[in-house]
Amino acid sequence: MFHRESGVFKTSYAADMALYPLPIAKWAVAAFAGLFIAIAPLTLGEYDLSLLNLCLVAIVGALGLNILLGYTGQISIGQGAFMSVGAYTAANLIVHLGLPFWITIPAGGLMAALIGTLVGIPSLRIKGIYLAIATLAAQLIIEWTINHVHWISGGIQASIEIPRPSLFGHVLASEADIYLFLMFFAVLAIVATLNLVRSRIGRAFIAIRDQDVAAEIIGINIFRYKLYAFAISSFYAGVAGVLESYYLGIANYEQFQLDVSIDYLAMVIIGGLGSVLGSIFGAVFVTLLPIVTRWALEAAGGMFLTEANLADLVPHLRLVIFGALIIFFLIVEPDGLARLWRNIRSYFRVWPFSY
Amino acid sequence: MTRISTTALALMAGAAAWLGLAATAAAQEKKIVIGVTCDRTGPTQIVGTVLCPAQHDYFDYVNANHLLDGYTIDHPEIETGYKVPPAVEAYQRQKQQGAIIMPIYGTPQTHALNERLEQDKIVATTPGFGIAASADGQKYPYLFPIAASYFSQGAAAVKFAKDQAGGSLKGKKIAYIYYDNPAGTEPIPVLKDLQNLEGFELRTFAVPPPGVELTAQVLDITQRYKADFVISHLFGRSPSVSIKEFKANGYPLSKVIAMVWASGEADIKAAGGWEVAQGYNTMQFAGAGDNYPIRQKIKAMYEKAGKAVPAIMDNTVYYNRGLFNAAIEVEALSNALKSANGNALTGTDVKKGMEQIHDFTMDGLVPPLQITPTDHEGGGWVRIFRVEGNGFVPVTDWFNAYRDIVWQQVKAAEQTQ
Repeated sequence: MFHRESGVFKTSYAADMALYPLPIAKWAVAAFAGLFIAIAPLTLGEYDLSLLNLCLVAIVGALGLNILLGYTGQISIGQGAFMSVGAYTAANLIVHLGLPFWITIPAGGLMAALIGTLVGIPSLRIKGIYLAIATLAAQLIIEWTINHVHWISGGIQASIEIPRPSLFGHVLASEADIYLFLMFFAVLAIVATLNLVRSRIGRAFIAIRDQDVAAEIIGINIFRYKLYAFAISSFYAGVAGVLESYYLGIANYEQFQLDVSIDYLAMVIIGGLGSVLGSIFGAVFVTLLPIVTRWALEAAGGMFLTEANLADLVPHLRLVIFGALIIFFLIVEPDGLARLWRNIRSYFRVWPFSY
Repeated sequence: MTRISTTALALMAGAAAWLGLAATAAAQEKKIVIGVTCDRTGPTQIVGTVLCPAQHDYFDYVNANHLLDGYTIDHPEIETGYKVPPAVEAYQRQKQQGAIIMPIYGTPQTHALNERLEQDKIVATTPGFGIAASADGQKYPYLFPIAASYFSQGAAAVKFAKDQAGGSLKGKKIAYIYYDNPAGTEPIPVLKDLQNLEGFELRTFAVPPPGVELTAQVLDITQRYKADFVISHLFGRSPSVSIKEFKANGYPLSKVIAMVWASGEADIKAAGGWEVAQGYNTMQFAGAGDNYPIRQKIKAMYEKAGKAVPAIMDNTVYYNRGLFNAAIEVEALSNALKSANGNALTGTDVKKGMEQIHDFTMDGLVPPLQITPTDHEGGGWVRIFRVEGNGFVPVTDWFNAYRDIVWQQVKAAEQTQ
């Protein structure tokens, strides 16, 4: 992350693909892990932790979409729907069978993967914007199904209340408990993605993204790997859906509508396609930017305006600023925040000498 | 580089100092925090941009006239765009600011916050948004729907139809046209129970989202099914389209009763104005129209401050609903202060204050609610206003109906949770 080497000294593929290119990288990661896992839950207040919790859920979902869109080049506007599949699967298992989270989370993911694979079938024949429409259809069909099939949606107004997860009899009720719970799965998702993309499957995904005809000629089974991509991506979405439901204490179809899918698309594009770090940046950026913008506006506007006028002005101004900042960052660096970060690092690699 | 970073540091330090100052200036004594959330930019912005300012107006009015026992109300608002994660963020922020009562905006938001409210002992009012089953104060101790739930509205609509038909619905045909989402389907079990009880024929007509194409459904209702009465439970753009379609088919609008979210001025105007919608029956959980003293007092407050009266006040239905929500909260706070004997208020005190609200009518703007520890809906009162001339004219008094059947459904709904 923060390390910098003075040149390229790698002599083997193994060294090039290592997760930790330098020993210092290991220490940097360990320091970050210590900061976020040990220090953050002890020092931060409930409100700050709740912000981080929202980010953690978004990170899992964004990683999933990045595998599909960033690494395999298959667009999907159905992320929200896949999340809802996971959420409702888990909710039913919890409410009717009383299963613990270590069963419901993978189960929600697997069900989403199954549905995602079905939705991915058209990707064999259609590409780009046409595939987007096919996945959009999936979003709407899944939403309709959940609303109208009562043994799925159950409850009142298609929502199922979920008790807090518990571990060895200890109910994870406080914001800090839930933070560690979500952090565990977010870290798992990050490590899994890092390893996935440097495996045989990940290389096949990248080959398909870069040139699918060439990939087929060198012997990659396009049909199989595209479906893998959909399955894995939907698995992540399903898990994110279950995590969000555990965090909110409810599975509700209105949490997973089209605008959520668009939000995730925005996260992946702003963060950087085909980058794990980019998914994290994008998820944090899209989740926190509206909130931070509001703080800034409230602090600035509070000096001049009454509370009521401020309440009327801030939401609209916030949307404008949010949109403008997204455009700004994409103009500054079309490849996303991850690329911006890399540029900063390579600038400092030779700093203070420019050559 | 060095120069830039120095400037940046200076700017940051300045900003930090400024924020600190703002925080100290805001700190005041004898303050009660009401955490307002709203949707001003999302799918329900037509409602939010009127209802939320009305709440602020009422809190400002209470502050300006010192109506709360020497306390001032701090009412920060956070806008969520009708999304759930921002609502959770807003909740945590306002909890940190010390809010002990919150008007929650939106049904999924209510669901998501329910457990936290109970855990943190913070009272929430959710008129027109909440969970129908939250009428049961035993099961949902800190949620107060205060307005008639969709169950109660369905029952009241049937009662109104029965009265219009001269006291009996035997053999009559009732059409239920609804927006095809969970909120739209919610009253159906109540209607089915009443069908057996009252002996009418019931047929349901779903309008798929986004609900701007109703020709087929309205043709079915008016030409094929030939309904004697129509209960319309639509949202957003669809109520106005339905008014136009019924009109185009020559169906008398006086035989249509619209539930609460198909009953605003905006719907009438979008349908082509008052003259088009003559006779259309609207159901209200807060009084519609301008003839309430509180509205005149708020207008006077604006004039006294030398400001123009905001145009949103003409949207009386949603504006009055905002006043209704705010007034009930202030009344609960006032009750709580009476029994707190100068101690700092807690959420539990406010809950008790809320459960003491009886016949607090604000000269007819608010129904004669009877909120008790078991009934947080306060009785499920509605009033029917008909479009006549250039406004709404009340055609009934406040009434509620079939409470036993409504409560059966509340209990049944709890079972499925």
